[in-house]
Amino acid sequence: MANHEVNTGRRRFLTATTAVVGAIGAGFAAVPFVTSFKPSARAKTAGAPVTVNISKIDNEPGMRIIQQWRGKPVWVFKRTPEQLGVLASLNGRLRDPNSDNPDQTPDFARNEARTIKGKENIAVIVGICTHLGCSPSFVPEMVPQPFDSEWQGGFYCPCHQSRFDLAGRVFQGVPAPSNLEIPPYHFADGNTIIIGVAPEGAA
Amino acid sequence: MNIIERSVSNATTWFNERAPGFLPFYKKHMTEYYAPKNFNVWYYFGVLAGIVLVNQIVTGIFLTMNFKPSAAEAFASVEYIMRDVEGGWLIRYMHSTGASLFFVVVYLHMFRAMLYGSYQKPRELVWVLGMLIFLTLMAEAFLGYVLPWGQMSYWGAQVIINLFGAVPVIGPELTEWIRGDYLVSDATLNRFFALHVIALPLVILLLVVLHLGALHEVGSNNPEGIDIKKVKDENGKPLDGIPFHPYYTVHDLFGIGFFLTIAAFILFFAPTFGGLFLEYDNFIPADPMVTPAHIKPVWYFTPYYAMLRAVPDKLLGVMTMGGAVLILFGLPWFDRCKVKSIRYRPMLHKVLITMFAVAFVVLAYLGMQAGSTTQTWIARILTVFYFGFFLTMPIWSAMGKTKEVPARVPDHE
Repeated sequence: MANHEVNTGRRRFLTATTAVVGAIGAGFAAVPFVTSFKPSARAKTAGAPVTVNISKIDNEPGMRIIQQWRGKPVWVFKRTPEQLGVLASLNGRLRDPNSDNPDQTPDFARNEARTIKGKENIAVIVGICTHLGCSPSFVPEMVPQPFDSEWQGGFYCPCHQSRFDLAGRVFQGVPAPSNLEIPPYHFADGNTIIIGVAPEGAA
Repeated sequence: MNIIERSVSNATTWFNERAPGFLPFYKKHMTEYYAPKNFNVWYYFGVLAGIVLVNQIVTGIFLTMNFKPSAAEAFASVEYIMRDVEGGWLIRYMHSTGASLFFVVVYLHMFRAMLYGSYQKPRELVWVLGMLIFLTLMAEAFLGYVLPWGQMSYWGAQVIINLFGAVPVIGPELTEWIRGDYLVSDATLNRFFALHVIALPLVILLLVVLHLGALHEVGSNNPEGIDIKKVKDENGKPLDGIPFHPYYTVHDLFGIGFFLTIAAFILFFAPTFGGLFLEYDNFIPADPMVTPAHIKPVWYFTPYYAMLRAVPDKLLGVMTMGGAVLILFGLPWFDRCKVKSIRYRPMLHKVLITMFAVAFVVLAYLGMQAGSTTQTWIARILTVFYFGFFLTMPIWSAMGKTKEVPARVPDHE
């Protein structure tokens, strides 16, 4: 080591490269800690499809099956022709009457009743408010309510007063930004619904 | 010198030779830390926050000895602490009451800083570190509230986690990552427990050390907003300052005693404080299928919650709520008044600061209510005022005629 002169350029280069390599290493080391926060294999298994038998529900207002799927409440209920009839009349008061937002509505349910074609009377809706995740109350009676004098039946969220119609479509002027989610589902037979799997041929 | 004095003196010398930095450190922060002599009652809240922090840590440690951080057992284990563990009810109430009192003293501590301009130059760093403590404390309180796994715990967690769902693009994945499941579940409770008992307390302790360190670099402000370092005696000691120890340690003991008396009264006679400190719905076990009719956060979050509800849009509502907390960080730079203390400020400032305090309390009240149309509109007006107060501060704080600030702390009769 005859030359004692300090090569600052080389030092700076070595410091910088060491720092970069160290940062990359730290980034990789962080991976298991970050991924450990994701749903575990057990949690994913618990998200499997579930079967609902709908033979016991009829058109009575308030009769509804609440089925747990992926830990979320899924509502299954029948709608009367009268209830289906008023859906179109509400369009003007809704934020997304045609369910144009694909995040909540799978393609097979992009219609007025938000159901599988031919089974319009059976509603299958995830009962979680799209605002902050409360479970809205079922208010199917078509009578004026304190929160809405022109109520035609639907869902009312007690947390922040969001309102949805009987197809789970959100009204205007409430905190919830979008319609209630329709889960993927299909009919195994006339009385059996599988929640978690979309009908064949549908996305 | 007798044998005892000699042994103590020898031990002290032995210690100081091996840790020569300790004595100067002790002097700098205790016996030679000169605090203004004119502290009033508002200056108790800092030390009281420290007392409550110790209470939370000690009672918290004992609660973990019987608490089970699992969705199946958490609720029952809290009831077990309340009914079957000898003295358990008292420890648990000390922890739950302590949480609320923590926010009482911290809010008053922060308002003190607003009254006397304690955040102004050169104490901006003290304020920013204090705000970081406040932010961490809010997270810590939220995580702790989830642990008993009652209905409010569960649905409160659901609502707060879904706030992150408002983040564009990554929102849904982010909420799933925070929960560790498709819903608030056992995994969520378990990780919240870990964060509540170890991660955030460590962060808070570190921030408290930094907050005090930053304060002791620049020295304490006082109700007059006078810089006591400007007038010193021949030894370089501020004429209007007194050593923190023993003067303020003894002084603070009185305040601590007074505070603990009130705390004990709440503890023994009103531990739920009429549903404010412990909400009634939280004595019902968590049920993912049923949302309670009226969801509301604990009282210390209600001002921000009222602002969230006031905005009829999810993303904007969340931004308003977050912004209401974050905007406080900017206070030292919004205020352009040349005097610190409210005592020397023009009437306009006094009126606005009073209105701000009233608005904050009314928002807190509104956040506890069901939210009728009238209430929502009042909340909207107050939210606009809340932000307007800070955003127009650079203008109004430079307006009006300030009084002359004397060089020395005056005698008030």
